[in-house]
Amino acid sequence: MKIVLENVVKEFNTFRAVRGVSLEIGSGELVALLGPSGSGKTTILRMVAGLEFADQGAIYFGDEDATNIPVRERGVGFVFQHYALFPHMTVGENIAFGMKVSKKARSKQEITDRVNDLLRLVKLEGLNDRFPSQISGGQKQRVALARALAVDPKVLLLDEPFGALDANVRHDLRRWLREIHDELGITTLFVTHDQEEALDLADRVVILDQGAIVQEGTPEQVCREPNSAFVMKFLGDTNRIAATAVNGVVDLPGARLTAPGVVDGPVDILARPGDLSWSATGEGIPVSVIRVIDRPEGRRFLVRTENGETLELDVPVSTRAASGDRGFVQVLQGNAYPRS
Amino acid sequence: MRRRVLPGFPLSLGITLFYVTLIVALPIGALIFKAASLGPEDYWRIISSGRAVASYRITVLSALGATLANLIFGLALAWVLVRYDFPGKRLVDAIVDLPFALPTSVAGIALTAMFAQNSWLGSALANIGITVVYTPLGIMIAMFFTSLPFVVRTVQPVLEDLDPALEEAAQSLGGSDWSIFRRVILPLLTPALLAGLSLSFARSLGEFGAVIFIAGNRPNSTEITSLLAFIRLEEYNYQGAAAIASVMLFAAFVMLAVTNYLQARALRYTVRS
Repeated sequence: MKIVLENVVKEFNTFRAVRGVSLEIGSGELVALLGPSGSGKTTILRMVAGLEFADQGAIYFGDEDATNIPVRERGVGFVFQHYALFPHMTVGENIAFGMKVSKKARSKQEITDRVNDLLRLVKLEGLNDRFPSQISGGQKQRVALARALAVDPKVLLLDEPFGALDANVRHDLRRWLREIHDELGITTLFVTHDQEEALDLADRVVILDQGAIVQEGTPEQVCREPNSAFVMKFLGDTNRIAATAVNGVVDLPGARLTAPGVVDGPVDILARPGDLSWSATGEGIPVSVIRVIDRPEGRRFLVRTENGETLELDVPVSTRAASGDRGFVQVLQGNAYPRS
Repeated sequence: MRRRVLPGFPLSLGITLFYVTLIVALPIGALIFKAASLGPEDYWRIISSGRAVASYRITVLSALGATLANLIFGLALAWVLVRYDFPGKRLVDAIVDLPFALPTSVAGIALTAMFAQNSWLGSALANIGITVVYTPLGIMIAMFFTSLPFVVRTVQPVLEDLDPALEEAAQSLGGSDWSIFRRVILPLLTPALLAGLSLSFARSLGEFGAVIFIAGNRPNSTEITSLLAFIRLEEYNYQGAAAIASVMLFAAFVMLAVTNYLQARALRYTVRS
């Protein structure tokens, strides 16, 4: 089911939570709404679900105008950040809830079979009779997903689905959700503030700030061609280096970057830690090492320039330095944005 | 021994046990001792006399009626106070506690004055054939009045803490308002409701001050058990009073046990494996 948002606006009291968002989600697509808290992403999701109603604009499910259809008739599956499992029902009863309250009559056997199928799908066979308080967070979220899927929703909506889970569980569930999505092909929209989660999981990422879309595109597009300093900063660690643009070119010590289309004047160069390189001697921005950070995936230097700016750069693990060592940083690659 | 965060465990436990014994256990023991001094035949004769049995019946039935009314109105009141905003909400919230604060005799006199045959409400009710004062209905109303806060005050905090996402989830799964209330909200309120109802029932069983003004206290028809015990006491029949009181004590114990069992059952789902 294709979802279209047309110029949707939502205000709470006088606060404009969502200001004119238009968005198209193709049938069977998995799209992430990514943004910091207060960016309006959850409000958008809740409007798609029918848990909130837009003040202006329209929401279409396929060709049908769904703007004012209440949640119980909208046919969406909604997964909440804190699971929202019914604590007094067993796992099986939770999953069966939607089928039991539905107008469509189903036999007991039908419901039991469906519950078992879903438990198999979410790999929780045998937990049928447990209560939510007796299973782990990751299991709860899988039950919540099974419960949402039980009513054959046209659209699956997930609000920070992995936000309350441990890093390891989160990682596994992410991959698992992708598998389920590929298996069922159901149009899925999920909200997250974790850029890694959005990039790992989604076909397309919609980046929001202050109630408006800043950029949307495939993970590749938003990573390689961030259209603003906000997107660049939000998607990952960045270094900011003050510089000046002259005729579309930015000169830095030991490096020259092209900045096509950037107006002459003061600019911020934003560069990823991997786009800076270190040399103990030679050309570059003179710096002193503050700290060396070792991680499984590599080594990172925290350095300070003579202007007092702190930079982070990834270096090969063979590179050694100690706090206080002096050296030089070259900017291999970076994007120039007008100074804000 | 494991170190405790707060010192003085033996001392505080000792003091607590001492006072519980002094204030609760000793009087109850004395009561049982007094009743036991009767001998089984006399004891049985007193507690199974027609007047006593009639008083049990009227007390229990009135208390049940009052508790049922509490279930409906208490739940509705708690619901309104938690879910809606309206002018005067804080006032209503404060008024709920009034029956706790008011001396029960004041409540009894107020209710009697309001429902008396010569009052405007009493005569209006009399016109449609309802008499409140000096009838079981009056007893019920007095019990209802004094025990109303229990259900409201036990249900209110639970309702406040109910995660709105539960209702939203149920809605997204297609549940109607009624089925969400019945299948999701009500079961989650049940333990609190049971606690409130049992307190309200217990209070109603033992209510004295408010009831005796409105009840008329005619033996065999509007005489409650605690009044009968009081009458025996005034006749210097201490053993008779103790015998009747022991029946009430037994009833209170049974009710506590049943409520605890029901609550544990309703809270089954919170037990971790």
